[in-house]
Order: sequence, then C-alpha cells, then structure tokens
Amino acid sequence: MKLFEIVEQAISVEQVMNKIIHPNCGAVNLFVGTVRELTKGKRTMYLEYAAYKEMAEGQLARIGQEIQEKCPDARVAITHRIGRLDISDIAVVIAVATPHRADSYEYSRYAIERIKEIVPIWKKEHWEDGEAWIGDQKETTAYPTGKPEFGGDET
Amino acid sequence: MITVKLFAAMAEEAGEDTLTLSWNEGMSTEDVKRWLGERYPALVPRIPAAMVAVNQEFAAGSAALKDGDEVAFIPPVSGG
Repeated sequence: MKLFEIVEQAISVEQVMNKIIHPNCGAVNLFVGTVRELTKGKRTMYLEYAAYKEMAEGQLARIGQEIQEKCPDARVAITHRIGRLDISDIAVVIAVATPHRADSYEYSRYAIERIKEIVPIWKKEHWEDGEAWIGDQKETTAYPTGKPEFGGDET
Repeated sequence: MITVKLFAAMAEEAGEDTLTLSWNEGMSTEDVKRWLGERYPALVPRIPAAMVAVNQEFAAGSAALKDGDEVAFIPPVSGG
C-alpha cells in the first residue's frame, strides 16, 4: 500500500481514507480537489496534469513527514491524479487522521498548501480558444528566493 | 553522462522531455543551464524561473554534479 501516490486513473476517496484510519485516531479530514470549470471568468473544457512522477511521490512523502514532525500521531495519505481530467473529476485526495479533530483540519490545509509549493505537478488548462500550462505562463509565479520555501525546520 | 528532464511548457517548447549531455569533469548545474539555453534558445526566458532538481532533490544555486546524475528543470508548479 502506497501512502503517497501519483496515479493515472480515477481516485477512490474511500480507498485513500482507509489507508490511514486507525484506532488511535478519532478524526479523519478529507480534502478533495476537483477540476473547476470557471477560472477568472474563463471556461475550462478540461485539464491535463503532468508530473515528475518519482520526485512528486517523494515530495508528497516529505509533506507527510513534515506533518508527523509537527503532530507525531498524525497519519497522512495523499493521491494525485495526472493525465486528462474533465470538469468535476477528482484531481487530488488528502486524508489526514489525528487523535482529535482540530489537528486533522489544520494538517489537511497544510498538505494542500505544500503541494502547491514543492510537488512537481503541473496543470494545463484547455479552453475553447486555446491552452496554457499554468504556473509558468500567464500566472507566472517564479520562485522569489530561487527555490521553493521549505518552511518547517529547514531553511 | 547527464540526463536532463524537462516538463510542462519547457518540454513543449523544446519538443523533448528527456535529453542527454556528455559528462565533463567538474560540471555543475550552471553548466547544464548554459548548455540548455544554447541548445534551445526558446527556453532562455524560462530557465531563471525554473528550480533545478538533482536526482529528484531540489538543488539551490550552483550544485556540483557527478557522472550519471539526473538534472530536472522544475517550472513553478501548479498541482492540487
């Protein structure tokens, strides 16, 4: 069973959740990211995700480690889908189990924010009148410090 | 030999996602950046915005390489 996975097929939310359910944990927080049709008024027909797969799985595992450093009892599983995704398809599922609910909310949020910073996955929006890789074209977000912010205990 | 990996818009503009570069003693990531820009001038504006990873670990600044390393150019990511 892989806790941190890049897949090319539809993701089962329940399967991701079942990886981390544990008798010591009384809370499971699930974050499900889906493909949005409208972005800044522009209609997306479908998305295409690409990943540097081996590194992306390693970086997802790193996020899990970061969470466990902050909350040793937390259990984390993350699956991200790549390839062509249609509107409302599930792109990412994050499951965080913790003994009490507050931590499960907090670290679920932490995980999705970190995915957007340090995991090599890219999306391409396809519109009626064109297409673009996001993050490195119109909505350019270069790394201001020359590298992703690692945060946590590392600088 | 150094394997160079490109992704997203960089791969599209180069028309390739995996390149190889012959090894020279003392090579660094800066040498790979220079080589990439010379070989694919269209990538020159994108290279400074991309992070470099060596063997799947982010490498800040100029990192020394060894024969057989995999150097990946990671444009700003947009997963999630």
